[in-house]
Amino acid sequence: MAPFPEALRGPARGRPGDEPVVVFEGVRLAFDDNVVLDEISFKLYPGYTKIFIGASGSGKSTVLKLILGLLAPDAGKIWVHGRQIDRMTENELFAVRDHTGMVFQEGALFDSLTVGENVGFKLYEETDMPLADVRTRVEEVLGFVELGPYIDRRPSELSGGQRRRVAIARAMAFKPKLLLYDEPTTGLDPITALTVDAEIIKLRDIEGVTSIIVTHQLRDAFYIATHGAGRAPEGHAIVSATPEKVEEADFVMLRDGKIVFEGSADELRASTDPYIRAFLS
Amino acid sequence: MAAFTEWLKRALLEIQEYTTLAMATARCAVTRPFYWHDFVEQLDAIGIGSMTVVILTGLFTGAVLALQTGFTLDQFGARPFVGRLVSASMIKELGPVLTALMLAGRVSSGIAAELGSMVVTEQVSALRALGTDPVRKLVVPRVLAGILMTPILTVVANTVGLLGGWVVSVQNLNVASGLYWSSVVDGLFLEDVWMGLLKPFFLGFIIVTVGCHVGLRTRGGTQGVGRATTNAVVAASVGVIAMDFFSTQLLLELLF
Ligand SMILES: Nc1ncnc2c1ncn2[C@@H]1O[C@H](COP(=O)(O)OP(=O)(O)OP(=O)(O)O)[C@@H](O)[C@H]1O
Ligand SMILES: [Mg+2]
Repeated sequence: MAPFPEALRGPARGRPGDEPVVVFEGVRLAFDDNVVLDEISFKLYPGYTKIFIGASGSGKSTVLKLILGLLAPDAGKIWVHGRQIDRMTENELFAVRDHTGMVFQEGALFDSLTVGENVGFKLYEETDMPLADVRTRVEEVLGFVELGPYIDRRPSELSGGQRRRVAIARAMAFKPKLLLYDEPTTGLDPITALTVDAEIIKLRDIEGVTSIIVTHQLRDAFYIATHGAGRAPEGHAIVSATPEKVEEADFVMLRDGKIVFEGSADELRASTDPYIRAFLS
Repeated sequence: MAAFTEWLKRALLEIQEYTTLAMATARCAVTRPFYWHDFVEQLDAIGIGSMTVVILTGLFTGAVLALQTGFTLDQFGARPFVGRLVSASMIKELGPVLTALMLAGRVSSGIAAELGSMVVTEQVSALRALGTDPVRKLVVPRVLAGILMTPILTVVANTVGLLGGWVVSVQNLNVASGLYWSSVVDGLFLEDVWMGLLKPFFLGFIIVTVGCHVGLRTRGGTQGVGRATTNAVVAASVGVIAMDFFSTQLLLELLF
C-alpha cells in the first residue's frame, strides 16, 4: 500500500508527530451529472473532531461513505489510518474498516437480530473472540449507552432514540480508532439528543476515539465542540472544554460540493459570510 | 430506435451484473469464511417453508394428469396404462418445472423483498462497514440452500404427484391399485429419473440467484422493494422455463 506521503504530514494542526487519521486530497465524486463533491481536501488528526454541516443533499453522508470505502471517488486521493484507500478492492478495504465504526443516518440496525446480536455482530461474525467475552463486551457497551436491559429485544421494539444509541454501541463495540456519526441526534428530543452528545464526547475524550460528526443540529454540534469529558469520582463528567480542547474540533461547511468554511466553533460564530449567517440563525 | 438501444444497453448491463454476482457467489462458496448458521436457517426457510405449497401442487398435478390422460387413453382402450403417463410426465418435466415455478413465486420474491429492504435501509452498507461481505453472508447461504432443497422438494412433489394419480386412477378410473403402480414403474427409464433429479439443481440456482440479484440492486425506498419483489417473480419464472429448456437439452446430450 502506498505509504503516507511526507508532504501531506501537515504541521497545521494535530499534536507533533501525529499522523492524520483521515486525509482527503482533491476528492471528486459525481452521480451521473450530479456533482456531489468537488475538490474536497481536509485532514483529521488523532483524537480530533470534524463536524460537517451543510444543507440537505450537500454531500455530507457521501463523505462518510467515502471514508469507509462504501463508495469510491471519481478523482482525488483518500488516506485512512495511513493507507490509501481510493483504489483498494473490497477485500483490501475490510482490513481498513476494522478500525472504523460508523453510525448510519437511520441506524441501519439488522432487524432480524436482537439488540445484543447487533451490537456484538462484528465480534461474533468476524473475530475469534470467545462467545462469553463477546457477551461481556456487549453488556459493557450497552451499559455505556444505558440500554443494558434491552439486550434481548428486537430493534423494532425500540424507540428512535434508543435505536440510535444501539447503533452507537454497535459502532464502538470493536473499539475502532475512528468513529463516523451520520446525524446522530436528528429527530431526537433535546434531552435525548444531549445524552447522545455526551456519549460522543465520552468516547472521544475517555477512549481517545477520533470523530467525524455530520449534523444539521447546530446546538449539538456546538455542544460537542465546546465540551469535554473527564473522569470524576461518580463516573464520567461532562465539563466545559478548555480553549485548547475547543481548538481540536473543526467545523467544515459544505455547499454545492465545495468546502465553504473550515475552522473552529468561535471562527464559525464570528463568520460574516451571509450564507453561513443564514445557516446559523 | 434510441429507446431500443437504451433498453438493449440496460438489458446487457443487467446480464453483466447478474453474471458478476453469480461468479462472486461461486468464488465465495468455496473459500472461507462460511456462515453455517445462515445456511442452516436458509435450509429451513427455503426447504421446510415451501413444503406445503410443493405438496399441494404435486398432489393436484398428479391427480389432474391421471384424469386427463385416463380420458384420452380410454379412446384407445388403454386405460390401464395411466400410471405410465403420470410417472413419465411428472418425473421428467412437470415435477421439476412446477416445483420450480412455485419456488419462484415463494422463494425468489421473499429473497428479493428481504435483501431489497436491507439495501434501502442501509443494512447492506452496514454489513460492509462491519467487515462482512454481503455476498458471503446473504447470497452464498441462500444459493447453496436453494440448490440443495429444490431437488429434495421436487422428489417430494413427484412422490405426492404419483399418489394423487393413484387416488384418481383407483377412485375415478377404476384401475386396480397394483396395475397402476406396476404401470408407473414401467413408465420410468433410468435416464428419465436422472433427468428429473438433475434438472432441479439448475432450476434452484436460477430461482435463488435471480432473487438475490434483483434484491441487492433495489433502489428507491419501499416503493423500490415492491418493484423488486414483482420483478424477481417474473424474472425467476421466465428464467425457470428457459433454464428448463437449456438444461433438458444439455442433459439429453449427456445422458442419452
Ligand atoms: N446512490 C446514489 N445515487 C445517486 N445519487 C445519490 C446517491 N447517494 C446520494 N446521492 C446524491 O448525492 C447528493 C448528496 O447526498 P448525501 O446523502 O451525501 O447528502 P447529505 O448531505 O447527507 O444530505 P442529508 O443532510 O439530507 O442527509 C444528493 O444530491 C443525493 O441526491
Ligand atoms: Mg445524510
